[in-house]
Amino acid sequence: MSEQDTGEVRTVEIAYFDGTKRTADIVDREVPYPDGKLIVSRTDPQGIITHANQAFIDMSGYSEDELIGTNHYILRHPDMPAIAFKGLWDTIEQGTKWHGYVKNLRKDGAYYWVKATVIPNIRNGQLVGYTSVRRKPSRSKIVESEALYKTLLAEE
Amino acid sequence: MTFNLTVSPDFAPDHISGWYFFNTWLQRKLGVGIHLELYDSFDAQREDIRAEKFDLIYANPYDASMLVREMGFQAVVKPASKSDETIIAVNAESPFHTVEDLISGCRVATTDDPDVHTMGMIMLESADLDKNNTEIKQHSSYVVVAKNLLNGDADAGFFLKDAYDELSELIRSKMRVLVSSQISVVHHSLLVGPRMAEHIPAIQTALLTMHDDEKGKGVLESMDIETWEPMDSEQTEFMIDLIDTLID
Repeated sequence: MSEQDTGEVRTVEIAYFDGTKRTADIVDREVPYPDGKLIVSRTDPQGIITHANQAFIDMSGYSEDELIGTNHYILRHPDMPAIAFKGLWDTIEQGTKWHGYVKNLRKDGAYYWVKATVIPNIRNGQLVGYTSVRRKPSRSKIVESEALYKTLLAEE
Repeated sequence: MTFNLTVSPDFAPDHISGWYFFNTWLQRKLGVGIHLELYDSFDAQREDIRAEKFDLIYANPYDASMLVREMGFQAVVKPASKSDETIIAVNAESPFHTVEDLISGCRVATTDDPDVHTMGMIMLESADLDKNNTEIKQHSSYVVVAKNLLNGDADAGFFLKDAYDELSELIRSKMRVLVSSQISVVHHSLLVGPRMAEHIPAIQTALLTMHDDEKGKGVLESMDIETWEPMDSEQTEFMIDLIDTLID
């Protein structure tokens, strides 16, 4: 758990790239990433979740039924700058692998940090979706990312 | 025509005879000749796989990627309820109690098992450790990895969970598990190469009913496999995509 966590709750309107918005209660409380687990999900080419493993269900706080058919951006934390996701999409749309550190929003408003890797799924030369695998990040990378994202967010 | 079968070298030595029984059983079922060749080393085996020496391979997930995407192999079955998991262990007396306790310069004992090594290195990332700030030594077997931990010649060791569980109780009692992966969807599979493709339906039928047959059941027990489960191309591709995300 981050030493800076206050447990404070704030209500935030989160706007997504497709023009939709939602209001979420954000709780300043980190849920530690479980040792040894990988969070795995797959989406279609538009980012709609088609597969979620148990670790994803457990960490996100959503049920499998709630996740499947929903856009992956449901996990977007308001502390994440939009430019970080632009970098992700620019990379994977070129057919290459993307790595990055991401602060994810849980259903209960708390957060968890991951080291994420996303790769395009190519079948018979066609893009059929994306696989995202998240693993435990080091505390030093979280601290670096927090500082970087704060700066980027202030510039948006 | 005689086909060639090989098995990923990470199975426990106790099951060597099981693979010979399996080969005899399969040849009778299919009515074709199959030669079994086993290896001690992943690298030597991979060299022969690349030279297109084999038609039937019980492969670890890392090699399955190369076999399917580069060599036209097709996964037909996987062992039921048997996923490949990795353990990082230390000497029982070690001052390290979590992965995050391990420090720069620590000595890591590993094998040439590609999946286990990759997953072990991934689990070290949370301690900011990688190949540049650790002393990694590759050993010939998991027993040698354990010996290095017991002798104090390594600070941490990577094990295939199945192999760790099959070490003697005495050896295990002198070690402590820091972390065990829980990935579930990464596993070995039996793959068939292009020269043997016409036999795929017969292989799949024979293996999926193997546990119903008295002799087949005995062979499965000797290989420490309960039953086989079918594997389709999408399941295979999914596992390969997942492995790809783990390789930098």
